[in-house]
Amino acid sequence: MPKKTVLHPIHLAHNAVMLDFAGWEMPLHYGSQIEEHHHVRQNAGIFDVSHMGIIDIQGRDAKAALQYLLTNNVEKLTEPGQALYTCLLNTAGGVLDDLMVYYIAPEVYRLVVNAATTEKDLAWITQNSANFSIEIVPKRHLAMMAVQGPEARQKVGRAFPVLNEPIQALRPFHFFQHGEYFIARTGYTGEDGLEVIVPNEEANPFWSLCEQEGVFPCGLGARDTLRLEAGFNLYGQDMDESVTPLESNLAWTVAFEPSNRLFIGRDACEKAKAEGFLPKLIGLILLQKGVCRRHQAVLVDGVKVGEVTSGSFSPTLKQAIALARVSEVSAEYSVDIRGKSHPAKVTPLPFVRGAKK
Amino acid sequence: MNRVPAELRYTQTHEWVRVEDDGTVVIGITDHAQAQLGELVFADLPDVGVKVNASDEVCVIESVKAASDVYSPLSGKILEVNEDLEESPSLVNSDPYGDGWLYKMDPADPDELSELLDADDYSHYMEEDED
Repeated sequence: MPKKTVLHPIHLAHNAVMLDFAGWEMPLHYGSQIEEHHHVRQNAGIFDVSHMGIIDIQGRDAKAALQYLLTNNVEKLTEPGQALYTCLLNTAGGVLDDLMVYYIAPEVYRLVVNAATTEKDLAWITQNSANFSIEIVPKRHLAMMAVQGPEARQKVGRAFPVLNEPIQALRPFHFFQHGEYFIARTGYTGEDGLEVIVPNEEANPFWSLCEQEGVFPCGLGARDTLRLEAGFNLYGQDMDESVTPLESNLAWTVAFEPSNRLFIGRDACEKAKAEGFLPKLIGLILLQKGVCRRHQAVLVDGVKVGEVTSGSFSPTLKQAIALARVSEVSAEYSVDIRGKSHPAKVTPLPFVRGAKK
Repeated sequence: MNRVPAELRYTQTHEWVRVEDDGTVVIGITDHAQAQLGELVFADLPDVGVKVNASDEVCVIESVKAASDVYSPLSGKILEVNEDLEESPSLVNSDPYGDGWLYKMDPADPDELSELLDADDYSHYMEEDED
């Protein structure tokens, strides 16, 4: 039996098409994935992301443990209320997960991890923090929603007048807490917006009040095309334990300085860096009609040099876009779609830049 | 509930066939098929003039979700393809039995037509397919 989030009844009431995602029954779309996508680019949409894992790390050694476990340096979080994106690696430098770290208070950090990897992460963190005085607390009674789009903060502020002022004052990659609400200016769509964590029993009222302000329910289908346009990796697709962050366009999440910070996977990352970042993850736009899909071969002069890791039709650009991992640098690639070679242009990421923040 | 017009013939792979007065046929995918696929973003249609056999993969249609093959219900020569789908592939979603047609053909063997499902058979098949 797939697991259900506390918002499951709302999805069914909206006639969502449901799918199994990492063992959770989640909404794919509520009628039109493309319309939902455009709502987020132009206005505001709300996503149920309660399937994601929330893990609090607390105790005297919380910071030291995270500095050992994570590629990015939590020392960059200089005061409570700041957030940081990072990878979690195995000893070979392979990506176990990508996650957000929120600095709640001295000795208290919150991790938000992928749904499919939550149990693996918990086991890994437990196993590798035995020498640190910390407590690892999975927060299973919390729901999480993402409200994303150029109008998102304004609409949430109208739905919750008491939160309006701190929401308008909130800077990107910052968060605040109000009672049991946890509100962060982060997201996975390339647009401005919020990610909100509330107790399970508060999730339905929060969702409904946002809807009353015109925030549009959006499913995982739109979430995927939005993140791909924004150039964000999807764990398990664009990266996994077989590659390092440097091979995944995530070198910026690996803090090599200070050079004396030992973190799991450091040696492998330094080796990958010395070898020149190959293979690498790049963005491609298809120059002809058609749609590129995961696992299709990427060619240079007819020779396979890699493959598409994520491919879809971009509702914003109305062209096919892809992330691809290639072992050869070239100005021109082509994608093999059902035996036909389609020219593709290398494009700096993101494919689509969100409205000005 | 997905529509299954009584005057059309159907395949188990969810294509429909309409016989025109001049004996040519129009082919598309059913309402059920478009609903399963989701919003179409691209249709890779056959070349006009090509001869195909029944059950050949003649086109690929791509939704936001995935690519899907379309199999020719009949043998014959492709006479025309729906050029409007180039700009508006979503016509297949909004009007699968009308403006969302895929191609027209000159059927080679009229007997093949009688082997296709009628609307009742297709409706039953669809129900079983969903169980």
